[in-house]
Amino acid sequence: MQITSMHFKARAGAKLADVRLQGALKKLQGNFVKGRADRVAELDNFQDIRDAAAAIRDRALANLDVWLDTFERNATARGTVVHWAETHDDVNRIVKEIAAQHGVRKVIKSKSMVTEECALNDALIGAGLEVIETDLGEYILQLAKEPPSHIVAPVVHKTREEVSDLFAEKHNAPRLTDIPALCREAREKLRPHFLSADMGVSGANFIIAETGSTLIVTNEGNGRMVTTLPRVHVAITGIEKVVPTLEDVTTLLRLLPRHGTGQSITNYISVTTGPRRAGDLDGPEHFHVILVDAGRTKLIGGDLQEMLRCIRCGACMNHCPVYQSVGGHAYGWVYPGPMGAILTPTYIGLENAPDLPNASTLCGQCSVACPVKIPLPDLLRKLRERQFEQGLKPWHEVAALRAWGWLAQHPSVYGLMTRIKVRALKAMANREGMIRSLPFGGGWTDRRDFPAPAGKTFREMYKAKNKN
Amino acid sequence: MSARANILARIRTAQGRAVTGHSEEREAVAQYIAAHPQGPRPQVDADIEARFRDRALNLSTTIDTVTTVADIPAAVARYLRDLNLVSTAVCWPEFAGLDWAAQGLRVEVRSAGGDDLVGITGAFCAIAETGTLMMCSGPDTPPATSLLPETHIAVVSRNRIVTGMEDGWALLRRERDALPRAVNFISGPSRTADIEQTVTLGAHGPYRVHLLLLP
Repeated sequence: MQITSMHFKARAGAKLADVRLQGALKKLQGNFVKGRADRVAELDNFQDIRDAAAAIRDRALANLDVWLDTFERNATARGTVVHWAETHDDVNRIVKEIAAQHGVRKVIKSKSMVTEECALNDALIGAGLEVIETDLGEYILQLAKEPPSHIVAPVVHKTREEVSDLFAEKHNAPRLTDIPALCREAREKLRPHFLSADMGVSGANFIIAETGSTLIVTNEGNGRMVTTLPRVHVAITGIEKVVPTLEDVTTLLRLLPRHGTGQSITNYISVTTGPRRAGDLDGPEHFHVILVDAGRTKLIGGDLQEMLRCIRCGACMNHCPVYQSVGGHAYGWVYPGPMGAILTPTYIGLENAPDLPNASTLCGQCSVACPVKIPLPDLLRKLRERQFEQGLKPWHEVAALRAWGWLAQHPSVYGLMTRIKVRALKAMANREGMIRSLPFGGGWTDRRDFPAPAGKTFREMYKAKNKN
Repeated sequence: MSARANILARIRTAQGRAVTGHSEEREAVAQYIAAHPQGPRPQVDADIEARFRDRALNLSTTIDTVTTVADIPAAVARYLRDLNLVSTAVCWPEFAGLDWAAQGLRVEVRSAGGDDLVGITGAFCAIAETGTLMMCSGPDTPPATSLLPETHIAVVSRNRIVTGMEDGWALLRRERDALPRAVNFISGPSRTADIEQTVTLGAHGPYRVHLLLLP
């Protein structure tokens, strides 16, 4: 996926002015935020489960290499071929090699954010393969040639009307407007592809060290098809997704659907271990797993390691006032919202996403909503510090803060400056006591008025009050 | 150096652990796996059958009860007739001996293909906490039968209802040497909410999941 994270501010402005997008984003808050709250309330010991989930993720990260090695040994013993990829390009190369090795022509995919990172579809199409996304949302995006705007609900930015137009045009069929009819249309278009594909590509929500299994959750059933029907299955996932045991993954599964889609459980949870066994009537003949670094080890061991607990539920973005206002595309890469504001700069470089650590009000909703207790605002602050230390802050911001710092250390000058400033601002006010346009603060007054101060500083008023 | 060695070395170096010689860590990992401790579990009412029914119905699964295995064909025929569905189906081998024809049904014993409309399966067990079926793949239990048809009918014995997913794993550990190729947990008909977050049943898998509970 093309990276446009440099342009967060400009894109955020455009998204705020997009009435249609704003309508779509409102629905997200109702469904996902309320859904999570309702489903969490079903658990009498939610906080205990949440603590345990964070501990499970930390246990895996504390000895990540040993758990990965254990996964690899158990997976290999079951006939799975495990590959390791250091970069996105490595992933694409390995998948192309597997496809060539097995004479693959058609590839079906279930939703995988790691493959979005890699721009795998373009790489495979470039190698002459036919690639079909089968998650309904991703299928719509593939037809529309757009990137996803949410990691769980990738097409949240589109309305039914847009999907109707798109299907009518791309399927060359009568325009349907009823949502169940649109879903059936996609089902009927995709069913033949499921049955004729040579290779299925999926992600993995978790990989289980104990059994060498990969696990995916889906609602549509496309994930089951992708991992069952083609003769080759390739599961691609980040190295941080390893979980020690079946019991541990069970604990995490009490939280992932509740936080992701507001469901007590996802429709399908599929745990796959190795290729087809002797006598089996279905299942792939060849099963490959690709373990991907591509930036993840940059978070290991440092003060951002907690970010690797992430189980990709999307709750942080659903609860984020910034995401709720600008949507996912403004963030400019695969991962939007608070988790993306940390992952994108660390994966692709802070210099390529300078606005993202600042695209947060630090209100703390994300860390409250996070099922594995990632302290997202703290991590965003750490990235901001890094940004300053590496000289990546714009000069005028640094200069303004320096000036303020100097003033704050010189109380008499500070007092004088504020006395002048509050009087000047009061003089600028209109009859309602509001300032229509603020010099050096245009962003503040573009869409609202600024209330003028009282004309005296707090210290002046406090002194006057004490005299009486 | 291989990608594998590079990645593993990067992890150990970043965390300040020696790149070689970590038999103690391996031992601790092996012990943890051998113990596979359970996490905290939410409270589930003692009447797990009632809980299972309640949650399954919530997921848009429908439930009927049958008294004996021999009654299955009549229950299937009734269900299909009531919904105006076809009278042809495919089933798992465990139901091969039933008298389907007497109920006017044409049932083939094979794995489902893309055009089969009704699939009849058993289940490894059922999970009360979430109203979920646990299915294990195998030569006699092909997963496609619960996936490709528009209607999935599953036969579950009441004594195979367990409380939580942990109990499903425990049952599997007790009864089998290792995991089958695929363990699928099914919680109602396939669904999507990708368009305007409107929940629609029957995305790629079944539109309907119907359970027949045996004593």
